[in-house]
Amino acid sequence: MQETQYVKGKFVALEGDRVVAEVMRQINPDVVAAYPITPQTEVVQTFSEFVADGRVDTEFIAVESEHAAMSACIGASAAGARALTATCGAGLALMWEMLWCASGLRCPIAMAVVNRSLSAPLNILTDQTDMMGARDTGWIQIYAENHQEVYDNAIQAVRIAEHPDVVLPVMHGLAGFVLGHTLGRVEMLPDEVVKEFVGSYKPRYSLLDIEHPTTFGAYDHWDYFFEHKRQQWEGMNCALKVIAEVGEEYGKLTGRHYGLVEPYMLEDAEVAIVIIGSAAGAVRVAADQMRAQGVKAGMLKIRCFRPFPPSAVAGALKDKKAIAVMDRSSCFGAEGNPVFIEVCSSLFQRGIRAKVVDYTYGLGGRDTVPGEFCQVYRDLLQVVQTGVAEPVFRYLGLRDF
Amino acid sequence: MADQTIEIRWHGRGGQGTVTASKLLAEAAMEEGKYFQGMPDYGAERMGAPIRAYTRISSTPIKPYCQVTEPDVAVVLDATLLDIVDVTEGLKQEGMLLVNSATSPDQVRSQTGYKGKVYTIDATSIAIEALGRNIPNVPMLGSLAKVTGMVSKESLIHELRTRLGATMKQEIVEANVLAFERGYDGTKAT
Repeated sequence: MQETQYVKGKFVALEGDRVVAEVMRQINPDVVAAYPITPQTEVVQTFSEFVADGRVDTEFIAVESEHAAMSACIGASAAGARALTATCGAGLALMWEMLWCASGLRCPIAMAVVNRSLSAPLNILTDQTDMMGARDTGWIQIYAENHQEVYDNAIQAVRIAEHPDVVLPVMHGLAGFVLGHTLGRVEMLPDEVVKEFVGSYKPRYSLLDIEHPTTFGAYDHWDYFFEHKRQQWEGMNCALKVIAEVGEEYGKLTGRHYGLVEPYMLEDAEVAIVIIGSAAGAVRVAADQMRAQGVKAGMLKIRCFRPFPPSAVAGALKDKKAIAVMDRSSCFGAEGNPVFIEVCSSLFQRGIRAKVVDYTYGLGGRDTVPGEFCQVYRDLLQVVQTGVAEPVFRYLGLRDF
Repeated sequence: MADQTIEIRWHGRGGQGTVTASKLLAEAAMEEGKYFQGMPDYGAERMGAPIRAYTRISSTPIKPYCQVTEPDVAVVLDATLLDIVDVTEGLKQEGMLLVNSATSPDQVRSQTGYKGKVYTIDATSIAIEALGRNIPNVPMLGSLAKVTGMVSKESLIHELRTRLGATMKQEIVEANVLAFERGYDGTKAT
C-alpha cells in the first residue's frame, strides 16, 4: 500500500505570538490594522518588521486604538481586501462595538486573540474571559492547545472566514504567555503551500467593484434588519460544516487533521473532562495517570466554540457517568459558565441526563497542573459513587478562605 | 529512542538573562531533533527581582503547558536567592541542583538541605572576566550542559553563535562562547 505523502515542513522554535506573525507573513494579506497590547505586542511588532523589511506588501495601518483597528479592517474588508489583525483582553473589549459591525457586514476578517483576563483587578495573564465575552458577536471562535495548533488555526481561519457559505469573521484564540510568550516547536509549511491553501480572496461584493455598485453599512429599518440577522445565523450554521471540511483538507495536506472537537481516551471512558485551550495538555497527562491507576478517564477538547457543535459534543459524551466541564472565564450570574451551559444544553436537547459539574479554573493566569486535574477525576468518581453532583458550581485551584 | 523528558526550573533575578538561557537551551534541543518548551513565568518582572523560567526537553511530543512543579534540575543564577526562595521545592530527590556560587557544593548542600546531586560553578567571575559584566546565564548554560549531558556542547555553541550572532558583534559572541566553555569545564561536583 502506498503511504500518504504529506507536505514536508520546517521545524522552527518560536514563541506563539511570533507563530501568528509568521503565518500573517506567509499569507501576505492586503491590509493589517492593529494596535499593540500585552501579551499580543509581539504579533504586531514582528509583523511590522516584516512590513518594514519588505517581506510582505501588506498595507499596515498603525492605528490609535483597537476600536480603530477593527474599524479599519472592516473598511478594508468591505472594499474587497483580505484584512487580518490581532488583539487580546482589554483590546478585544474596546473593539466590542465594531465586532458586531464586522460580522453584521459579513466581513471575513481573521483575528488572533492572545487570550488575556479582563481587569479589574489589573492582570495581564491568560484566561478566556475576553473571548467568552465576545461569544455572541457573530464571530466564529476556535482555540489552540499548543504551538502547532496556533500555526494551523491561523492558516485555516482565513479559509473558514472567506468560504462563500460562511463569509463571517473568525477569531482564533491562543493563551497569553502560556502559548504567546513560550518558545515551542512548530512545523512551518513552505510559504507557497500556505499561499496556495488560503488562495486569493475573491469577494462576492465589494466597494471597489465599481462595475457592480453596492452599499455597505446603510441604515436597516425594522423591515429588513431581522432578515439580515437571519442570514447571519445561516452563515454561522454553515460554518460547522465548513470548519470540519477545511480541517479535513488541511489534514490531507499536512497529516494534522482538525475537527470541531477532539476526544482523548474518551471512547470507553466513564468519567470525562471537557476543556478548551492550552490546559488540555495537562488534562491528557492527568488522564494517562488515572488510566495507569485503572480509572477509565477521558477528555473532550472543544476546538470550536462558535458555532458550538452540539451534536459532536453530545455524541462524544452521551454514555459518560460523570462529566466535568472546565471554564476558564468569569462570566457572572448564570447557573454556570459559558462552556458548561453549552454542554448541558447539547445533552438536554438530546435527552441525555448526565451528571455534569462546572469547574472554574485558571483565572488571571492561575496555573493548573496535571495533579489538579487528577483531583477532578477523583471528584467525578465520587459523583458516580454517590449519585450526587451537587455542588454543581465548583472551583479548581482556588485558595480556601 | 526511549521516552525521556527532562524538566528544568530556572531561578534568577531580572537582568541576568534567565529567560534567554531557558530559551537558548530549548532551541539547541531542537537542533538535535528533540521536542522542547522554553517558558518564562512572568511576574512583575524588573531588574533585580526574583524570577523563574522553565525548560522541558523530550524525545517525544510534550503535552502539558504548565509550570514545572517537580523539576529534575533546579538552576540558580544568583546565590542570594538561596536565602529568600525555596529553590529545592518539589525538586526530585534523584535530581540535581546547580548553583552559581564561588563556594563548594557541600556548602550549598548544608545551606539548602538538598539530598540529591549538588553542583556549583562560579559563573559570576567567569562572566565578569569574559564579558566584563555580571550576566551569568551563558556560563551557567555551559555548566548545565556538562552536568546533565542532555544537549551537546556543540549544539549549544552553534546556537550561541547563531542566536547571539544575529544581533551582537563578533567579539562579544566569541566572548560568550568562551564563557560557555569555561562554565562547561569549571563545574564543581560533590
